[in-house]
Amino acid sequence: MTSTVQGQVRRSWPLRNRAIRRFVANPSSIVGLALVMIFVLVAIFAPQLAPHSPASANFLAVRQAPSTEHLLGTDEIGRDVLSRVLHGARVSLMAGVIAVLIALVLGVPLGLVSGYYGGRLDELIMRFTDALLAFPFLILAVAFTAALGPSLLNAMIAIGIASAPTFIRLTRGQVLAVRAEDYVQSAKALGAGDLRILTHHVLPNSLAPILVQATLTIAGAIIAESSLSFLGLGVQPPTPSWGGMLNTAQGFIVQAPWMAVWPGLSIFVTVLAFNLFGDGLRDALDPRES
Amino acid sequence: MLLFIVQRLLATIPTLLFATLMVFAIQRLLPGDPALALVGEERDPQVIAFIREKYRLDDPLPVQYLAWMWQLLHGNLGESIRTRQPVTQLILEKLPVTVQLAVWSMLVALVIAIPAGVIAAVRKNSLADHLSTFAALSGLSIPNFWLGIMLILLLAVHWQLLPASGYVSLFEDPVESLRRMIMPAFVLGTGLAAVLMRQMRSAMLEVLRQDYVRTAKAKGVRGTVIVVRHAMRNALIPVVTIIGLQMGALLSGAVLTEQVFAIPGFGRMIVDAVFNRDYAVVQGVVLFTATAYIAINFLVDILYALINPKIQVGR
Repeated sequence: MTSTVQGQVRRSWPLRNRAIRRFVANPSSIVGLALVMIFVLVAIFAPQLAPHSPASANFLAVRQAPSTEHLLGTDEIGRDVLSRVLHGARVSLMAGVIAVLIALVLGVPLGLVSGYYGGRLDELIMRFTDALLAFPFLILAVAFTAALGPSLLNAMIAIGIASAPTFIRLTRGQVLAVRAEDYVQSAKALGAGDLRILTHHVLPNSLAPILVQATLTIAGAIIAESSLSFLGLGVQPPTPSWGGMLNTAQGFIVQAPWMAVWPGLSIFVTVLAFNLFGDGLRDALDPRES
Repeated sequence: MLLFIVQRLLATIPTLLFATLMVFAIQRLLPGDPALALVGEERDPQVIAFIREKYRLDDPLPVQYLAWMWQLLHGNLGESIRTRQPVTQLILEKLPVTVQLAVWSMLVALVIAIPAGVIAAVRKNSLADHLSTFAALSGLSIPNFWLGIMLILLLAVHWQLLPASGYVSLFEDPVESLRRMIMPAFVLGTGLAAVLMRQMRSAMLEVLRQDYVRTAKAKGVRGTVIVVRHAMRNALIPVVTIIGLQMGALLSGAVLTEQVFAIPGFGRMIVDAVFNRDYAVVQGVVLFTATAYIAINFLVDILYALINPKIQVGR
């Protein structure tokens, strides 16, 4: 048994190296990773990078076109669009990461239990998942925020719950594939408890696709948060968020088109980055690719 | 076939029951008094007491659920706090608008996705393949409400080619109706086109590897005939399932698209209801969309079984 486990550990390193090599060899994955890193850095250092305060209004500089003073122009109450776009990255990063964490915390344990124990419990969890999947993502999120009230936290909870079914199904599928493996059967024969088998053997061997899905779900969560904020159901003013900025910009599309261009472009590039990164991760980690 | 339909129909019942439980739970179990949510802005204690009695909010939760289910089984989704109209009637009024938008978007998506997916698969690793793959990924990444705003800016404000927003019924003025639908249908169709294109490409690649395609090639059948008559027909089968699964995404997208283009449909109704704190409408719309989604996927399953000879009916 020990030699089998050591053999697995020894084998996992070349596998990991091969995955890294495959990831690095794919230019679009690298572009995705680089853009994701830029996005994270911008979000962290937004206060240092922003040339102006994102909240301070200047009624003498209302709806000014891009200039050297305001590189991306100003909004309807004279706030610097660049500073608000930079600060908006924080909301998007937080929404993306926290919503996905909520989805993982809900989805992975349910998927593990469902796949491992099977039977009626599995049937029950799967029907619950099917029902959750029957609600269009944004409509479910709207219903939650309608019940809980509009705020960033509630938007993140709603997005997290609405994203959980994907992780329940994915984890369950992984568990079904892994639970018949020799090392799980050996651990069982050695008397390991269910919790130990699930957390030490089943989960670590199911992590790669969950990680890929988490990356892709961050992209979906960023769009979902900006959609809710665009509808006025997410981040509330004056906190800068890309969706909220687009909501305001819609009313000034003729007078100040720059107000709409940059927040939307930021959402697009960030989501594209996570999608490129996630696709790259999947290609690198998918055993069928090796 | 009948047995297959009955089996699938029976399988939808627990899903539907769970869906009703969830809608019920969202309203009754989340923090806050459901009576206050149901009365909206009204704060008159008498009205609140009336609502408590009407919806049996002082009864135990299982009793409340069963009473609500009884109403649902009679097609009663409650009534709007604002307009006092039955929610079912409101939904049926708005539904044709959203269905029209969804149908146009689906057409746009199919017109873009099927040729692009086929070309990308037939010319795998060519410039056309890389371009369409990147376009699909961009389609998945672009927020459709922003795409809508940008199209309004270009096509309506700058070039003045199309009206910026609004809705005209197809029966009132077909030409104007189409002119107003072009931008929203394109915006809503883009995301779906991206998903379908990726699916079509991988299904085509799979089919092109099959023996019968090789046999057709060996018999000297022309490339176009192989692609259109042999490969495409079979590759379209999994795409049908994806279309069913994407109905939810289409409805989610409709909420935003209708907001951007001021289309008085289903999606706009739910957002307005949230702001008006018209919770009965929100609840009704949410339940209706889930039921519609389950029904559409049931029909897609049946269609799939009918068009796919590999599925053995009854299993």
